[in-house]
Amino acid sequence: MAQLIRRAAALNKSLPAASFAARGLATASTSPITVETSLPFTGHNIDPPSRSVETSPQELLTFFRDMALMRRMEIAADSLYKAKLIRGFCHLYDGQEAVCVGMEAAINRKDCIITAYRDHCIFLGRGGTLLEAFAELMGRKDGCSKGKGGSMHFYKKEGGFYGGHGIVGAQVPLGCGLAFAQKYSKDESVTFAMYGDGAANQGQLFEALNMAALWDLPAILVCENNHYGMGTAEWRAAKSPAYYKRGDYVPGLKVDGMDALAVKQACKFAKEHALKNGPIILEMDTYRYHGHSMSDPGSTYRTRDEISGVRQERDPIERIRKLVLAHDLATEKELKDTEKEVRKEVDEAIAQAKESPMPDPSELFSNVYAKGLGTEHKTGTLQITYNYLLLALKDLVAFFLVVFIRSRQKRSENCTSMSENINNDSTCQDPFVD
Amino acid sequence: MAASFGVSSAAAANAVKSPALSPPSLPVIRSEARPISCRVNKSRKAGKITTKAVAAQAENPASAASKPGHEVLLFEALREGLEEEMERDPRVCIFGEDVGHYGGSYKVSKGLADKYGDLRVLDTPIAENSFIGMAVGAAMTGLRPVVEGMNMGFLLLAFNQISDNCGMLHYTSGGQFTIPTVIRGPGGVGRQLGAEHSQRLESYFQSIPGIQMVACSTPYNAKGLMKAAIRSENPVVLFEHVLLYNLKERIPDEEYVVSLEEAEMVRPGEHVTILTYSRMRYHVMQAAKTLVNKGYDPEVIDIRSLKPFDLYTIGNSIKKTHKVLIVEECMRTGGIGASLTAAINENFNDYLDAPIVCLSSQDVPTPYAGTLEEVTVVQPGQIVTAVEQLCR
Repeated sequence: MAQLIRRAAALNKSLPAASFAARGLATASTSPITVETSLPFTGHNIDPPSRSVETSPQELLTFFRDMALMRRMEIAADSLYKAKLIRGFCHLYDGQEAVCVGMEAAINRKDCIITAYRDHCIFLGRGGTLLEAFAELMGRKDGCSKGKGGSMHFYKKEGGFYGGHGIVGAQVPLGCGLAFAQKYSKDESVTFAMYGDGAANQGQLFEALNMAALWDLPAILVCENNHYGMGTAEWRAAKSPAYYKRGDYVPGLKVDGMDALAVKQACKFAKEHALKNGPIILEMDTYRYHGHSMSDPGSTYRTRDEISGVRQERDPIERIRKLVLAHDLATEKELKDTEKEVRKEVDEAIAQAKESPMPDPSELFSNVYAKGLGTEHKTGTLQITYNYLLLALKDLVAFFLVVFIRSRQKRSENCTSMSENINNDSTCQDPFVD
Repeated sequence: MAASFGVSSAAAANAVKSPALSPPSLPVIRSEARPISCRVNKSRKAGKITTKAVAAQAENPASAASKPGHEVLLFEALREGLEEEMERDPRVCIFGEDVGHYGGSYKVSKGLADKYGDLRVLDTPIAENSFIGMAVGAAMTGLRPVVEGMNMGFLLLAFNQISDNCGMLHYTSGGQFTIPTVIRGPGGVGRQLGAEHSQRLESYFQSIPGIQMVACSTPYNAKGLMKAAIRSENPVVLFEHVLLYNLKERIPDEEYVVSLEEAEMVRPGEHVTILTYSRMRYHVMQAAKTLVNKGYDPEVIDIRSLKPFDLYTIGNSIKKTHKVLIVEECMRTGGIGASLTAAINENFNDYLDAPIVCLSSQDVPTPYAGTLEEVTVVQPGQIVTAVEQLCR
């Protein structure tokens, strides 16, 4: 057993960074382990799933590594922001890794995920690479959106990751649209539309939920409840902070979002439900250690004791570490080595990303329109009209003649007052003139 | 419930997974290639449009049945375009309020729900913000939704979705996603509909990067623009006008598409270039009759493409006439006319003999009283006066 585990750990090291999908290793360490979630699920209009989750050593070690990678990436992003290599808005996900990792374990790449601006780790989970993430954060052309999106606009089409959206709540109707398309094409996949406790009060969310329920769309709305909508605590923003119940006629499930296995169980359950019965709401009870974004210290609306309390008692990575050690799946040293490895990977990715160049100036105009309109790549609207002008000016002799002759013509004396005369013809007064 | 959704799974699944359809082999009608006379008047020069041999059917020139094409009203032309595209591509679907069972508040989608099922012609609740968001989300996966705003004014509720998601996603995703949606609906000043139902959204949307805007004005260009908009990979906003739905015209039987980015030469002339679009085209043509009687020769161009402007056609016209009059229905402040004036000044300043004159609607909420509403928009009399002063 120990040999198998060491082999698994060694294989972990040799895999490329963030290739979560490639972990279908046919080793014996996929032997099932049953773990009880720390808290029971609470259901609204639905029978919650059982607390016993089936997992395997392979999966637990993967969880550990992936979450350690994500944690490391976010901490590194924090330093990069303070070093002014990342500018603008930067919303960090550390503390919430279990939601992303547990979800990925329950679904496949045909399922869609769409989220708001706290998207770095979810991007990684969907197959994004560290290089693409850091390069995008630094605005370089090797970024996943060619440096033109930034922290809030990570997308991975092949991975089924639909972003990355800056306006709070606007991604939820988009998510229902993704679910609509899945129902339209009947491909037995679901959409996870993620949003926060702050966005849970947006009207468009309830509009979208109504439509999803009306048409039985395979949409799973996931509320990542980290208890603070920027600086406002949930009880100050929502009359009913029981977000899993807010769907009313739509069933809901409250999940301990710091427990990756609970998240996995809930997502599996939700996927089955959504394919048969339509939408369901999952409320992930989670926590973010950083403030809302890098410009928010995160300590003016909550105490440092609260943050460190959660870190001590509910940290997702520590929970998996304890599980791994309790089941003897790896030694303390091996886990520390994994963390060191992960740190090295992140540092290498940052170094590589720093060398990536800024986007070419011509990229300013590319991808505004899809090909065909002509305002793509190297030509803006003004450039296009200029090109047309050049074509039209082929006959230079005629041009100079025209200019010469017209410069001799007398200009009409009434030209300048024309506009006023015409507009005064109407019987309406100009509202700006009194 | 599932049985009522009439989409064949195989066809739909195949279409969604392999989005590359064979390109149509149709003549794309270009409007500036040669002068084509006004579509609205009964006396049209036939034979310049399609390559089909009209001469072959010259047995009974007097009989209406032998005239090429068929007569339609504008809303029927829109429906034909929509239906042809839905037939051609199973990914095309319709979202909107009362588009399905009711048939569309202006009958543009009448009969389509019976033919294509409730999922493809989707009756949405009254939730513009989110059903336009849904359309964008569906478009991200490859579907091609045509979304109807029952009145363009209602789309203000969805401004965020149209601007940020519809317009900008292609750019912010670095080109990963295209959003081939068509957002259409009637706008403009109607007959005493009140201020909130008489809005001209083209002026609000024109700054959104990434969308294209077109305005149809005749059954011919309505069908062509509808088809072109659906086939475009870019999000297109198709502006229809409440008062133009019952215009009648004879359109070709064979399939045709018009270019989204081109203006239409309505009436070639020498003295002044009149740029207009949508309903104002008819006020201009009415004024043109008077002007011709008075000895003027105005060149009337229906700009059709509101974003981007067809500065090629417009420029050629300005180089000929050296005088420009813009007649639009937008408000004076920040409307299409204002942008067009700036664009022309920037590009063709040397060719202008006089400053550009722009006739727009008054900067007021459209009043209910009929007499007040009439003077809110530009009337043919004002157009005649403007041309006379410009051509002095």
